[in-house]
Amino acid sequence: MSSAGQGYAAVSDAAPGSAAKFETWLWIAQRASAAVLALCVLVHLATIIYAVHHGLTGAAILARTRGNVGALAFYALYVLAIAVHAPIGLRALCQEWLGWRNNALNWVIGALALALFIFGLRAGAAVFLA
Amino acid sequence: MDMLQVSVWRGAEVGGYRTYEVPRQESQSVLDVVTYIQRYIDPTLSYRFACRVGMCGACAMTVNGVARWTCRTHVSKVVKGNAIQIAPLANLPVVKDLVTDMRGFFDKWARALGRFVSNATRKDDFAKVASDSPERIAANAGIECIGCGVCYASCDVVSWNPDYLGPAALNRAWTLVNDVRDGARRERLAAVAGDAGCHACHTHMSCSERCPKDITPTASIAGLKRAVATAALKGEL
Repeated sequence: MSSAGQGYAAVSDAAPGSAAKFETWLWIAQRASAAVLALCVLVHLATIIYAVHHGLTGAAILARTRGNVGALAFYALYVLAIAVHAPIGLRALCQEWLGWRNNALNWVIGALALALFIFGLRAGAAVFLA
Repeated sequence: MDMLQVSVWRGAEVGGYRTYEVPRQESQSVLDVVTYIQRYIDPTLSYRFACRVGMCGACAMTVNGVARWTCRTHVSKVVKGNAIQIAPLANLPVVKDLVTDMRGFFDKWARALGRFVSNATRKDDFAKVASDSPERIAANAGIECIGCGVCYASCDVVSWNPDYLGPAALNRAWTLVNDVRDGARRERLAAVAGDAGCHACHTHMSCSERCPKDITPTASIAGLKRAVATAALKGEL
């Protein structure tokens, strides 16, 4: 890295490095969570189709999920991927469609992510403990 | 003689379309039509052109809703019945009639660090860049841009977010990221990251569809996303 390049950057009005870093990590997180979701959604859909085709009752499904650590781990991962992926996409929508670009947006989106994660985990725990 | 009904934007940001009758001729370009109006009907019509042969990019306008070089667009290709609508490029302030203010467009090239920053001194030997190296091939794909603004006028993201650097500036940044003689890679990647940079691209590909030089800025922007992500993962952003 040359000093010439750094000198040029110093006099430019380029975005501050911290903002660039934050946005880039959000982008990486959304792509990575999308990859996880692609798999999770397939497994989730296959499970639903299996349950419907075999005419499983609610009680029969709960009998399979109760104490099933594998199912709990799977849905915890699924919930985590959703809690990461959806709020970042919603943030982009707010920025582009509503022109909402200040720091308050990040707090609202962060709260949404936390809520998704907590409520999702609660649902997962409910069928585990049922 | 066949007559074209040509609807032309008159005014600045506030204005309206005025219709002119222009004789239809063989091998007539849209720029010929605009020139005819100014020379023979209304000399107050303002428009911009220079080379007339697709080298300078100055004559880009919106023809029937699509950004094009008017000098390289035959009337026969775009005419609907006998009507044509000609407007200034979108996403840029209108100075008058068909002339846009391109300062914002070029300021974004500067914001994207679209300037070569040498990593060598005059005492160093010439850099040797193999023509078949991956970096040279990647730079080659985007290097022919002449800054006409057609991609910028066609970009949905620019219309949503006026701060977005746009396809041309990002394509330029990508050619420099691949220039092994350049010493400002890190600063440039930081400059093109984020909501106003490469991460805002929705890959609609209007820029690539309409680029008169057949450049694919979408691919350049995807390259920047990869380069920025790699730099972030290595802690180099």
